[in-house]
Amino acid sequence: MGRTLAEKVWEQHVVRRADGEPDLLYIDLHLIHEVTSPQAFDGLRIAGRKVRRPDLTIATEDHNVPTVLGPIADPVSKAQVETLRKNAAEFGIRLHPMGDAGQGVVHIIGPQFGLTQPGMTVVCGDSHTSTHGAFGALAFGIGTSEVEHVLATQTLPAYRPKTMAIEVSGELPFGVTSKDLILAIIAKIGTGGGQGHIVEYRGEAIRGLSMEGRMTVCNMSIEAGARAGMIAPDETTFEYLRGRAHAPTGDAWDAAVAYWRSLRTDDDAAFDTVVEIDASTLAPFVTWGTNPGQGAPLSGAVPVPEETSDPAAAQRALDYMGLSAGTPLSEIQVDTVFVGSCTNGRLEDLRAVAEVLRGRTVAARTLIVPGSMQVKADAEAEGLHEVFTAAGAEWREAGCSMCLGMNPDILAPGERSASTSNRNFEGRQGKGGRTHLVSPAVAAASAVTGRLTAPADL
Amino acid sequence: MEAFTTHTGRGVPLRRSNVDTDQIIPAVWLKQVSRTGFEKGLFAAWREDPAFVLNDPVYEGASVLVAGPDFGTGSSREHAVWALQQYGFRAVVAARFGDIFRNNSTKMGLLPVVLPAETVEALQSAIEADPATEVTVDLSARQVRWGAEAAGFEIDDYTRWRLLEGLDDIGLTLRHADDVETYENGRQSWLPTTV
Ligand code: SF4
Repeated sequence: MGRTLAEKVWEQHVVRRADGEPDLLYIDLHLIHEVTSPQAFDGLRIAGRKVRRPDLTIATEDHNVPTVLGPIADPVSKAQVETLRKNAAEFGIRLHPMGDAGQGVVHIIGPQFGLTQPGMTVVCGDSHTSTHGAFGALAFGIGTSEVEHVLATQTLPAYRPKTMAIEVSGELPFGVTSKDLILAIIAKIGTGGGQGHIVEYRGEAIRGLSMEGRMTVCNMSIEAGARAGMIAPDETTFEYLRGRAHAPTGDAWDAAVAYWRSLRTDDDAAFDTVVEIDASTLAPFVTWGTNPGQGAPLSGAVPVPEETSDPAAAQRALDYMGLSAGTPLSEIQVDTVFVGSCTNGRLEDLRAVAEVLRGRTVAARTLIVPGSMQVKADAEAEGLHEVFTAAGAEWREAGCSMCLGMNPDILAPGERSASTSNRNFEGRQGKGGRTHLVSPAVAAASAVTGRLTAPADL
Repeated sequence: MEAFTTHTGRGVPLRRSNVDTDQIIPAVWLKQVSRTGFEKGLFAAWREDPAFVLNDPVYEGASVLVAGPDFGTGSSREHAVWALQQYGFRAVVAARFGDIFRNNSTKMGLLPVVLPAETVEALQSAIEADPATEVTVDLSARQVRWGAEAAGFEIDDYTRWRLLEGLDDIGLTLRHADDVETYENGRQSWLPTTV
């Protein structure tokens, strides 16, 4: 019987297999940031171990960095960033510090440099490592103990997860984006729906997405509980990679592409679980609750808790969000709009925002944070920043920013945001803050009206 | 890693589903570069509510957290495990766990125990009826026991062995350094390096 894409990539990386033990997998790329690495480096030092492959490791500063120019004001954040600098220097790891042209959110810079390639294994002490699966890589988040393990051995012991196919047939209607698609998928299968699985996104609607759109989809696989999300590489993938700093060149490029073409699920392969979605039925989608599965089409209303699959959780969410059942979602007023994060902080996302904001004025505080310094430079080269500032939005430096509020960009208690990030958990964007997850286009339209709005309704 | 064989202690029922790791330990606590002191951040936002179950004095000193389904979803932060352990928990019982949280727990010796949702609820009710109920989590026998009840749970042999012995994964992997080297020598030459 044939094999799935996930199985092919997995098998290619098995260093050692023994009965009754997890497989030992080789890791091709290890991404590091300041938050989940300090204790791992400490562990190495205590045990007198080295980093086995600094040349397969790259570090960036992203979670704590301020998005206005200048040094880090918070001494604890500053100490964490300085710790990463010391560790990178001591262990010989390439680091992109604040202010560097290569700095950015860890999941934005890997693909940007061409370091993320089809068929690779990619890990990072960060759950949104699933982003890199958009290239047909097997990419997943790990904890600090595992970060230390990869640093020391360049391998990880792991059991092969089950496989799930999410087949997205048809075409996304005009004005419906990859973010709407993944929010609809999570609402359908639930935050635990993908547990124990590697998801492969397949079908016409997925093939039609750009690399940026595919990254948005794979990024939020973890929000459906999945271990990883993958999309088989195709011409779109190869075109994106061609000419990037770390992509192969010359004969090596041809050899790599020949191999990458084999990275697709065989026609006779079977998945453990199959989910089907018709893209043509989708519409702009937003969340109303406190987990990413609590979402609905923007044209709908806040649900009645008793009519949801988990009434107690829905009631708790409505209490926290300060919402009443039956309120049309498009009547929800927002105080802040956040555009950015590893979900939607790439150039294509900023273009979508600019398209809506051009010639309009924002009615709510609007923060636009590029995912990397390169994204910032590219956006400015196209003049997007002028559109943003003319509309009254704030154009910031690169970082995670209000996606998790470890830097000064946070919501005040009770404040409500429309956010292009990935988590609407209680307090995620600041204690007591209330988050509605939206696409970049909906974020921009909401900035204009001051309430959740689809661009078509402007 | 701390070995785990069997543990007996009182339980605390956390009747909420989808407790994500941002709730277990909010991001502002992740700025620390040490491995200690995270107990103060455990459920930091919820603990401000006097009615939150961990604030109920009858559960003081409890060491088995009995939670709703999908516990530990979201962020990969291992700090969530450290916070639970440093607060005094040795095991978490739930019907479903976030994959990364469960993995992190087994690396640290915090035992994640999966029981059917009805069994978890029965255990929560038993604890609510009598907070002095002693709960035994027996990894050797793969069993949770309280009062006259007992419920078996599944855990793969390898993880169980590692936990029973308190073995460090890195040490185990380094025994296979030859295999790693052989694999490395066969990697495709076009694969990228960061240098
Ligand atoms: S942008 Fe948000 S989700 Fe992405 S790595 Fe940063 S904090 Fe995590």
